[in-house]
Amino acid sequence: MYKYDEYDQQMVDTRVAEFRDQVRRRLAGDLTEDQFKPLRLQNGLYLQLHAYMLRVAVPYGTLNSAQMTLLGDIADKYDRGYGHFTTRQNIQYNWIKLEDTPDILAELAKVEMHAIQTSGNCIRNISSDQYAGAAAEEIVDPRPYAELLRQWSSFHPEFLVLPRKFKIAVIASETDRAAMRLHDIGIKMVKNDAGEIGAQFYAGGGMGRTPMIAPLIRDFVPLDQLITYAEACLRVYNRYGRRDNKYKARIKILVHELGRDEYVRQVEEEFAHLLTQPIEPPLAELERIKTHFTDPGFEAGASDDLDLTDPDFRLWVERNTHAHKQAGYVIATVSLKPVGGIPGDASADQIRLMAQLAKDYSFDELRVTHAQNIVFPHVKKADLYTVWQALDAAGLATANLDTVGDIIACPGLDYCALANARSIPVAQKISERFGSAERQAEIGELKLKISGCINACGHHHAGHIGILGVDKKGLENYQLLLGGSEGADTSLGQITGPGFTEDGVVDAIEKATEVYLANKQGEERFLDTYRRIGMAPFKEAIYG
Amino acid sequence: MKILTGNDLKTGAVIWWTGVSWSLDVNDSADVGDHGAALAAREEGARNVVGAYIVDGAKTEEGVRPAHIKERIRALGPTVRLDLTLKPSDPAAADWVI
Repeated sequence: MYKYDEYDQQMVDTRVAEFRDQVRRRLAGDLTEDQFKPLRLQNGLYLQLHAYMLRVAVPYGTLNSAQMTLLGDIADKYDRGYGHFTTRQNIQYNWIKLEDTPDILAELAKVEMHAIQTSGNCIRNISSDQYAGAAAEEIVDPRPYAELLRQWSSFHPEFLVLPRKFKIAVIASETDRAAMRLHDIGIKMVKNDAGEIGAQFYAGGGMGRTPMIAPLIRDFVPLDQLITYAEACLRVYNRYGRRDNKYKARIKILVHELGRDEYVRQVEEEFAHLLTQPIEPPLAELERIKTHFTDPGFEAGASDDLDLTDPDFRLWVERNTHAHKQAGYVIATVSLKPVGGIPGDASADQIRLMAQLAKDYSFDELRVTHAQNIVFPHVKKADLYTVWQALDAAGLATANLDTVGDIIACPGLDYCALANARSIPVAQKISERFGSAERQAEIGELKLKISGCINACGHHHAGHIGILGVDKKGLENYQLLLGGSEGADTSLGQITGPGFTEDGVVDAIEKATEVYLANKQGEERFLDTYRRIGMAPFKEAIYG
Repeated sequence: MKILTGNDLKTGAVIWWTGVSWSLDVNDSADVGDHGAALAAREEGARNVVGAYIVDGAKTEEGVRPAHIKERIRALGPTVRLDLTLKPSDPAAADWVI
């Protein structure tokens, strides 16, 4: 994985010193909260419902074991013994003290981590496929391109005060595991007819109060123009994106109001202009970055045999592992969704255990997924049972990946100052209702996502089943959506009708799954059946 | 009653104005009447609190109860982690919140 050079390290160290001074001035009364707030937000520090919350960046979700170990240690030393992995592939701590924050950032900097640009109207953490560099089906490893974009977007002077926050995802497989078309810019690495690698650009996607699926805006951008084209996309947005209304300030609104074709025309015009200026980093820089993402030393001829006589292990292997590009290896996902648990939360001990297992059995690498799970990208099949046993002993071996129990949920009103309703208790009740392995196997793939407000941090628009918490005259109320998807077949869920109480929405989901099972044909997933038979039978069962 | 609340500047902890100082316990809240805005400005200026604001509440036999669920959750802590609330040993600690 990428290692900081002297410039990266100097930038992060300088920022730590700068923020330490800003915190000192705030506590001394030399800065008011109005003056200090934008400074702390630029360093990922929010003031949330119960305390300060620190969001630490995990670039394209990739961590080494030393970084993961430190994340566990920070949870113990500065927080309350746990961390929360987020839908942006980052980690958040919910109980941070302002006076401790400079020390935390200094500790993070020692392992090449920071909290820069995890908030504010700037280009946020670049997200990517959690199976990058390991998946059998990928065209190329997307991480070098994500890293190049990270370097370009970090402290980019022109894009630090955009009309609104800006999220970029990079993938390189037909299977979209990063909700690419629901980003401000989605980039898919592709190979053209001549066999050259380039980038397909999508722009203007997003969730929130106005969900949009990003349209394709350019079929192929050569690698030696990648940054220039991204710059053109951002320039047009920065110039014409609305700054008078934060609810209409995202690029999706600009693309929608201009129309895709007019936005493309303006981008192409800007792109042609920028090509006359030497802003593209030399390809040698991309090649330098690529040297950090070479394959680890896989054992040639490693056995593909797996002893599956332990039924619990068999279930976990079937549910939570994915084909690796290297024979004898497998990608393993650790579900942070135990039955009745809090989606995305892990204790300090669990975080450190995952770090140790990655060090011992996954070439020192872990990934955070946007579905709030952790991935060991390169596990030798011969080691898999040992890894599973260690996970199982720590309560980390729940076999429910991509099933109804693998729920994405935002922190909701239990932690978030913006939320209107709680998300976590709903997730807990659903995972308990559908907790048995038999039930989850019967229902199969079902992606369920819960947001506690319209900002959609829980991706409810993109759930096969989505839940949106709202405030109805001071009471929590939950709208139900069906038919969303964040995959290659991206779609937005449709609201079923009137909302429900907390228990009512769990019952409604049960009815929806019954409709699916009664109408399922062949190997159809819930989403497939919904798309074939439409909303009507579900509405009838839920409200009839 | 009108309750003044905010977060401790240094620690970020949720705090409630008692009439003379700040408390972690909502039950210590005083009715600030029409003085909330002035108190908030003074206390923010003294760096005792950050993000101070006024909420509606009621003094009941069981204690002070903010009117809105968001403020009740702030007063308790996360309903899904009762071990992190002010009274983690009280199994009924969350009964009045939801």
